[in-house]
Formats: sequence, C-alpha cells, structure tokens
Amino acid sequence: MSKTATANPPAKSAAPRNIFARSTNLYIFFVLIALIAFFSLISPNHAFFDRGNFVNIAWDTAEILLLAIGETFVIITAGIDLSVGTVLMLSGVVASWVIAQMGGPPALVASGHFPNAGTAIPLGIAVAIVIGGIAGLINGTLVTRLRMPAFIVTLGVFSIANGLGDLVSSSGAAGQSAIPPVPESFANTLGNGNLVFGLPTLVVIAAFIALVTHVVLTRTLFGRRTFAVGSNPEGSRLAGVPVTSHLIWVYTFAGFMAGLAGILDLARFHATDIQGHSLDNLDAIAAVVIGGTSLFGGTGSILGTVIGAFIPTVLRYGFTIQGISSFWQDVVVGAIIIVAVLFDQIRRRRVT
Amino acid sequence: MDVATPKAAILEARGISKTFGRVTALSDATFSAYAGEVSAIVGDNGAGKSTFIKILSGAIAPSGGDFLLDGKPVHLTSPQDARDHGIETVYQDLALAPSLDVASNLFLGREARLPGILGRLGFLDDRLMRARARQELEDLQVGLSSVSQPVFTLSGGQRQAIAVARATAWGKRIVIMDEPTAALGVRESAMVLKLIERIKQNGVAVIMISHSMPEVFEVADRITILRLGRTVRQMRRDETTMTDVVAFMTGASVEFVQEIER
Repeated sequence: MSKTATANPPAKSAAPRNIFARSTNLYIFFVLIALIAFFSLISPNHAFFDRGNFVNIAWDTAEILLLAIGETFVIITAGIDLSVGTVLMLSGVVASWVIAQMGGPPALVASGHFPNAGTAIPLGIAVAIVIGGIAGLINGTLVTRLRMPAFIVTLGVFSIANGLGDLVSSSGAAGQSAIPPVPESFANTLGNGNLVFGLPTLVVIAAFIALVTHVVLTRTLFGRRTFAVGSNPEGSRLAGVPVTSHLIWVYTFAGFMAGLAGILDLARFHATDIQGHSLDNLDAIAAVVIGGTSLFGGTGSILGTVIGAFIPTVLRYGFTIQGISSFWQDVVVGAIIIVAVLFDQIRRRRVT
Repeated sequence: MDVATPKAAILEARGISKTFGRVTALSDATFSAYAGEVSAIVGDNGAGKSTFIKILSGAIAPSGGDFLLDGKPVHLTSPQDARDHGIETVYQDLALAPSLDVASNLFLGREARLPGILGRLGFLDDRLMRARARQELEDLQVGLSSVSQPVFTLSGGQRQAIAVARATAWGKRIVIMDEPTAALGVRESAMVLKLIERIKQNGVAVIMISHSMPEVFEVADRITILRLGRTVRQMRRDETTMTDVVAFMTGASVEFVQEIER
C-alpha cells in the first residue's frame, strides 16, 4: 500500500483496511466455487460440469442480476427498492401492448405477423425503459423530497405497478392475456439469440452492464458519491454533495434497470408473466445482500452482487440434477442470506 | 506572529441578532477574527454560541447586523456560499463518510476528476487526490499510515484531524471549529490543539468554540464571551484570567467585576 504519509510514526499500523470490506466478497466467492465443485463432483457423470449447463445457469441468473445491479446502488445509499420486480412486469406488459398496437393491423398481429415491426419494436423497448425510469423517479422523489421511508414508498409503487400491469394485460375482451406474443424476429434476436461467443444475448448484455456499473461504482464521481451518501447523508450534504438529486438518480437508475430487464424478459419469453415477478424484488435484494453489500449503506460492490446472484441459480440447478426438490433451494438460500447479514453485523460491530 | 502592528480583522460581525419566532437567540453579538490568530467564542449553555457559529458558517441567516469580510459587507446564503468566500467549518460531528477512505473524505463534495474526456465522463483522479491528501496531512504533521484507509479504521482524534485537514485544505483563510475536542480523550485533545496551533501559524484565522477553559487559554489569542445572546466582552487572552472569563460567562459577578474596573 502507500508509503507512510509523514515523518511521524504512524499512529496506527496498516489498519484492517479493506480486509473486512473485501472479505465478504471473497468468502462468498469461495462458497460459489465450492458449490460448483461440489455439484460437479457428485452429479451423475459430472453432468453439472458442462458448458451447456453453465450457459443455462448464466442465462437464468442474468435477469435477476440486472435488477440486483440497480438494487446494489440503492442499498449502498442505505435505501431499498421493493418495486423492481413488478416494475419489470409492468414495463414488459406495456411494451408488448405497444408492440402489438404499433405492429400492424390487429388481425395480422393476432396471427403473428408484424408488418411494422421495424418501428414497433424500438418503440416498445423505449417505452419499457421509460416506464422503469419513471417508476424509479417517483420512488426517488418521494423518498427524498417528501422524506418518506424507502421501504414504504417502494412497497406502494410495487403494488401500483402490479395492479397497472394486471389492468393493461387484461384490458382485452378475453379478460386475460389480451396481448399477443411479441414478433418471432424480436424473440429470436434479443431474447434467445446467441450473438457473441455463442452466449445468450441476455447474458452478454448483463455481463456488459455489470462491467460498466462496476467501473462506475469504483472509479467515477457518481459511484464515490453513492458510497458517501450511504455512509453519512447529512455529512455529505454539509460537505457539498447534492444528496437529494443524487438519491433521485440512484432510484431512477434502479427503475431504468427494471425496465431494461422487463424488455429482455419479454423478448426471452414472448410474453410477460403477470404472476411470475412478484418475488423478483426479494431475489434481487438477496443477491445484493449475499454479495456483501451492507443494508446499512456505505459499503458494497457489483462484483459481490454478481456472485450473490449466481448462488441461488447454482443451487437450483445442482438440486435439480441430483433430483432433490427445488424447494430446498429456498431453504438453503434463506440460510445463506442470514449468514451473510450476520457477517455484515459482525463487521459493523468491529467497525463502530 | 507579529503582534506589534495592529491588523485589520479578516472577519467582523457587528450587532448580529437572530430570532426564531418569539425566541431571541442572539440580540447583539459582536466578534472579530484575525489572520494567524485563534479567536475563541465562549459562553454558557444557551448563550447563543451554536446559533452564532451557524451564522458565521452560512448555515442560517442573521435577522440583523453587519457581517464584514476584509472590511466589505457580505451576506452568506449557505455553507457553500461561505466556502466560496474561503470560510470552512469543522462540524462537531465532523461530517465525514466513515466508509470512504481518507483521501476521498478530504475531497468529499469537491472530488478531483481526471483531465480530458474521461474526467468529463465522471472518472475520478484518485492518484491526484491521494497525493494531495498525503501532502495536506504532511503539512499538518498528522501521522497516518495510509490515505487510502477507510475513516472508520481511525481513532477519534485522527478523524478530527482529517476533518480539520479538510477544512484547512480548502479554507485557506478562515476555519471555524465547533467544539473540536468535545468527543476526545486527553491525548487526542492535545494532538488537535497542536493542529490548531499549526494552522494558525499558516496564517489562517481560526474561530473556535469550546467549553473547556484550560483549552481556550492554551490556544486562543482572543476570547469573545457571549452571554444571553450578546457579546459581553472581547479581549486578548493575555489581558484576562480564567476566573474573569468564567465570571463574565455566568454573569455571576459581572456587576462586581465592573465595579472594580470603574
């Protein structure tokens, strides 16, 4: 590390430094490696240790990872966003509605033909992202300007987005699933395409965003201030950090990520699952917490979140291959979350 | 410091008043601070010290009175405004971000960016910030093993030193310290007082609020006594004694002391 700053004897020898800040990452990384090694060894014919299996794990992880990346920024500011899952659903539903409306005459669209796909799809993508961003903006504004607890505000937006998504999707005559599936061309490229290295597009996008946000968090003004605001909001304000606008940006970013995840989910599954996303918020928060980001704010990393997002998927695939009920995944993930938070508590106790 | 020539005050507050609704916190506070001197503000609880310090640091606006910087009247509208005028404040709770490292805390709110395109994209110049932080702490002779250790690993005195270093790094003219030793042990208080001595020697006007008479008499060049919202006395440390100051502060024997002076 750096040299002694002065001629005076250092008042404290090389302090514990980042040992604790990094250790959770490190522990959890070893847990992930151990799980992969364990399942690879015990699975019949080592079926777990297989490129196809790993690709599927990455694919299933990517969507939660997108939500968890936005959530990481929010939690580092000592906030929480419970709305990301239903905002994802709302974004997807509205995007598919827009694509169906703009895609061409209803009769053609109903039979899977979208003459205007060229404009309808970009529009749908834009709408999904804007809806996510607006939801985040609402969260951030209520939390900062009206000084409301993030837990309550985002729970409210969770419910509102859930209801609106249901309304839009059941707006047709049949009462449910009124929106036709998205065009095949869209699903085959963005959803199930293998653009780079034969990896699913969704995985490549998630990996790219993880890399970019890691750099943003560790190297840029936005990242530094995210940590500062989470570590001491009032102190940051006094030191000249625009705390309110920064928090609004952070929540808006989380919403933006939910919108992006919404459109990618739509592309992958052709239609947005109305019920399937109400627990996504908890999965995202679990990934963040398992990854060592402190719920008390001020510390955290994207790297940790990536590892934290993989662990539940690895468990599920491992258990499935072993023929163990996937319900055990929930049990084990719950236990891991508790241990992760316990680590966080111990770390904080030593710190303060 | 050259005491022989009378100098002009760098900061002067005359007849400052502040009312909160029907409560009068300050009615007639007068105070001056000089470059290269430590000016202490003392007073009993409720004397208006913290209101006065908030006015000096731009956090609240006075209801009346004149505020002069270098002899020119100014109106401070915010702490940021005060900072732009070269006035830095070390708050009692320090306003540090414990999970950020020392260098990031020194630059909190004023982060240095890389030159060129990367800087415009928001990339930070951590190397520059660390080098400057090292330099700043070296100037103040604060011994730290590394400027990239998080502040939570530091002792109370070291944290205080970081807050002071941040103030002096940016406030080359006036540094306000609100109870700088209140939370510290004996040894760490001594270290902070030494630090105050050093920044004063760099020509900074230090304004210090303190409860501790021995400390005030150890470092202050001037003492301003507030009582019930007004300045009852401004004097040089060498013209007075601790007993007198306490008497003025408490009002216990003001009349008696005044009698003797007449």
